[in-house]
Amino acid sequence: MAEPVHSDEPLLKTPLHAEHVALGARMVPFAGYDMPVQYPTGILTEHNWTREHAGLFDVSHMGQAFLVAEDKSHETVAKALEALIPADVLNLKPNQQRYSQLLADDAGILDDLMVTRVGAPGHEGWLYLVVNASMKEQDYAHIQARLPKGVSLNRKDDLGLMALQGPSAEAVLARLAPETAGLPFMMSADVQIDGIWCHVSRSGYTGEDGFEISCHGEDAAKLWTKLLADPEVKAIGLGARDSLRLEAGLCLYGHDIDTTTSPIEAGLIWSIQKRRREEGGFPGAARVQSEIKDGASRVRVGIRPEGRAPAREGAVITTPDGREVGIVTSGGFGPTVNGPVAMGYVAKDVSAIGTDLHLVVRGKPLPAKVAAMPFAPHRYKR
Amino acid sequence: MTTRYTKDHEYIRVEGDAGIVGISDYAQGQLGDVVFVELPSVGKNLSKGDEAAVVESVKAASEVYAPVSGEVVDVNRDLEASPGTVNEDPAGRGWFMKIRLTNPSELDGLMTEEQYQEFVKSIS
Repeated sequence: MAEPVHSDEPLLKTPLHAEHVALGARMVPFAGYDMPVQYPTGILTEHNWTREHAGLFDVSHMGQAFLVAEDKSHETVAKALEALIPADVLNLKPNQQRYSQLLADDAGILDDLMVTRVGAPGHEGWLYLVVNASMKEQDYAHIQARLPKGVSLNRKDDLGLMALQGPSAEAVLARLAPETAGLPFMMSADVQIDGIWCHVSRSGYTGEDGFEISCHGEDAAKLWTKLLADPEVKAIGLGARDSLRLEAGLCLYGHDIDTTTSPIEAGLIWSIQKRRREEGGFPGAARVQSEIKDGASRVRVGIRPEGRAPAREGAVITTPDGREVGIVTSGGFGPTVNGPVAMGYVAKDVSAIGTDLHLVVRGKPLPAKVAAMPFAPHRYKR
Repeated sequence: MTTRYTKDHEYIRVEGDAGIVGISDYAQGQLGDVVFVELPSVGKNLSKGDEAAVVESVKAASEVYAPVSGEVVDVNRDLEASPGTVNEDPAGRGWFMKIRLTNPSELDGLMTEEQYQEFVKSIS
């Protein structure tokens, strides 16, 4: 997700827009959509509720699309996508999902995305993509222009997408679709909930166990209402989504990663599987391989300010003696940590955990330390 | 005792030659959960409109401006440990600072309670 797009264009609405308004949400423009930043209880309460129970997020603004091989071959469609991203798509099992990045020729990150090998019968040769709302037009144009003959991109703007996140998510969804309880992290399944077709994946953007659920737009409000009827579930806005993902150490596109950062600098080497590291064959492979071998000159790190003052995006990072060594790309207050947390890029020589740094906030250097991420432990069901 | 408001949603409650400064209930509602407050040093001289304090919610940092000119004679240290007090009781325990006014006539340029409530209605 990137900065809100301000323009004279009328804001788009997700299929859940009326639900947010009815719940009393504060609506803000985000990536061209009118989205809930928070509901009446506020960001802190929503954040903590998600960590302790289950939060329901409308993420229908994100881009959902299918890549389809005419010859119904997984290999055909996988190779087409592998030409654009550094993940191993070929060895995905049916229904398996992977995080990756669309890369430019210099290994800058054009966007990050989720890729799933569709497992539904009759869909061999299909990949399901989820891309950032703010980047979808660019992403689709980029992908479209680089597809080989026989592979097509079908954008599915008529789908809704919601995320159910938190320790109660498994039990809540199992009450409606018992088979989802057994899904491991980053696997997906097609299920029916009260006659509604849902594509459910065990994934999310909060560091908690949970699911992302895609359904037809016209069914989204019914499914949302059904999930929200469970006393363990509350609606959560974009504000808490951001504080949750920051504590989980997850990158926000347009902030922590963009066209000026490589996946290795960003610490995303885990998302590049062994075969791709060795073989290359994706945009920017030469740089990625050389950074894997020799290290990147700067890296993304977690940072804990020592006082109570949050350091926000753009704060300059220096050594205690004032040498400028980097910049904060995300920062704020972590409700679960109960203190300020940040991430940013620093020169390699000051990137070790525990290194003393200063963050320049309103002209004043505030002491901070490089810290391990995530700030709040991941609780995925592996 | 009179309370006056600025268009930036600060209030000043004047008692004698000094005034208690804070942010309005509307402002705390717009900010959301306050997680950090940076206060000025006691003894600091402020001109009307100067950045006097910073209030941070989970989402963002916002400046609190001096509604009048004067010297900071006291600050609410309780906010350092309990910044959420700004949300709970903005007009009472959630005050920010006490300013000794150098130019009380500046109060004439601020809004009365009634004018401020009208102003809030006009922007919300």
